[in-house]
Amino acid sequence: MSGINMIVCCKQVPDPEAPPSLFKVDTAANKMVTASDVKPVISQYDEFALEAALRIKDKMGGKITVLSLGNKLVRDVIKKSLAVGGDELILLEDEAFEESDSWSTAYALAAAIKKIGEYDLIFCGRQSSDWDAGQVGIGIAEILGIPAVTLARKVEVADGKTNIERVIPDGYEILEIAPPVVITVTSELGTLRYPALKGIMAAGKKQPIVYKPADIGLEPGQVGAAGRHTEISKLFQPVKEAKCEIIEGETPEEAGVNLATRLREAKLL
Amino acid sequence: MAENKGILVYGELTNGQLATITTELLGCGRKLADNLNEELSCLLASDMIGEASKEAIAFGADKVYTIEEPSLKQYQASSYIQIVEKLVKDISPRAILFGQTAIGRDLAPHLAFRLGVSLATDCLGLSIDPDTKLLLQTRSVYGGNAQATFVSKLVPHIATVRPKAMPPLEHDDSRKGEVIPTKIEIDMSQVKAKVVETVKEEISGIKLEDAPAIVTGGRGIGGAEPFNTTLKELADALHGAVGATRPPADNGWVPEAIHIGLTGKIVAPDIYIAVALSGASQHIAGCSGAKHIVAINKDPEANIFKEAEFGVVGKYEEVVPALTKKLKEILAS
Repeated sequence: MSGINMIVCCKQVPDPEAPPSLFKVDTAANKMVTASDVKPVISQYDEFALEAALRIKDKMGGKITVLSLGNKLVRDVIKKSLAVGGDELILLEDEAFEESDSWSTAYALAAAIKKIGEYDLIFCGRQSSDWDAGQVGIGIAEILGIPAVTLARKVEVADGKTNIERVIPDGYEILEIAPPVVITVTSELGTLRYPALKGIMAAGKKQPIVYKPADIGLEPGQVGAAGRHTEISKLFQPVKEAKCEIIEGETPEEAGVNLATRLREAKLL
Repeated sequence: MAENKGILVYGELTNGQLATITTELLGCGRKLADNLNEELSCLLASDMIGEASKEAIAFGADKVYTIEEPSLKQYQASSYIQIVEKLVKDISPRAILFGQTAIGRDLAPHLAFRLGVSLATDCLGLSIDPDTKLLLQTRSVYGGNAQATFVSKLVPHIATVRPKAMPPLEHDDSRKGEVIPTKIEIDMSQVKAKVVETVKEEISGIKLEDAPAIVTGGRGIGGAEPFNTTLKELADALHGAVGATRPPADNGWVPEAIHIGLTGKIVAPDIYIAVALSGASQHIAGCSGAKHIVAINKDPEANIFKEAEFGVVGKYEEVVPALTKKLKEILAS
């Protein structure tokens, strides 16, 4: 297989590492509101997916097309995918794509992938860092009618076959599969490389291709909020009563000893 | 198409026994079915089912569909999906429950997209809306920073349920039910992936899911060694096991198999000692079922103190050895 065509789906999300106190719910609108100092980032697992594709490109060459869906996507955030070595960036960007659920996201991404036409490996993160559903990769595979291999920790291509190490409880299995295939990637694969200065400069000059629903053959009613299969009937933050009893001591060692005594008193031992 | 009725649980086996998560799904499914005044069914597909079908009845199932096939020895999405899709089309359930397990989190999305319906993964709560009879599916979102209740008008409703989120019923041999051996042909030409090798990464000592006490280290532990010394000694004193948050696993300090959190193991021990970990929502999702959480962290502002019942603010290198020594004295007396 020469010139492997790879597609990586990357979602822009609010930084999941931000302190929990910066995430609030607008109960009237059933929407999540993040404080302005929560920066948008590429969803962590999608970064691992991108790294998986880059490692194949390092060894075998090929083309990496990055796909992202949303509205008002921040160019500096999403163009990181080009800076690290992606060849082309396609944004499904329109108001109509807002408030997508797993179904309408997978549906639109699959439509865009059909339009791209040539693909061997499609990479997705195992789940997104915001809604954590873990459905889109498998959904794309089902819509395209191709197999999916989930929870990949290593992906290699040799002799026209894809060899995948897939995480299973208490170990992993090695699978061999012929492309095309959707592969969802887990954190054990390893973090995304840092962009080199040259890559950042080159990415700065590249412009993403922007598709509207009509460009991928879809009506606005089939995407985003209108294309959802689920409704959110309630979004809420469970109230936590912070009531931690801090055990003191003259020294840290004494605090440790006092903790042991207190755990005994509280009949935890 | 006939009206969709009843609840179907996708059952799993571990070492030939009915899996704990399946008993939990049957407990939840029984309540939903009773609420609707409909039947609870369980699907068991494996190369060897044995007594598990009777167990499923003892844990609440009215009907157990058993599919015994040598080719089902090893899970493969492309073969298993054929069985589930066929049975669902034959019996038209109102809702299908899977565990949020290695199999469930893989199989359920295939089924939902194939049927063109919806799926809520990793649910913490399920109930029936009394007015609409639709399934209300509550799950954690934004890494545990919020919860959302989802509803869909499309049937069947599909949900995966987080392990240890719901209690099983008492095992009761006097419960009546029907075992229905079922034959479903698997088209092996649909199975595109070949399993070349399965590699087990053995973890010595007590399994995390079964441990009564867990000592978990985070990024602040700083390296591999303290997991085998400082934390292990504390865990041993409590006859428990050592766990880790995601950064130590991703850094290779510990095997992935002891990673506790949203994308790792879900545990619910009696006592959970969180050491040098910040308490990110993604981690709390894996241990919030613990009866008692104790936190040791040098940062008094760490989020873990909001989750813990008892805490010590201090460097773990100083606090933990003193705690371990005193605990040993107490437990020996």
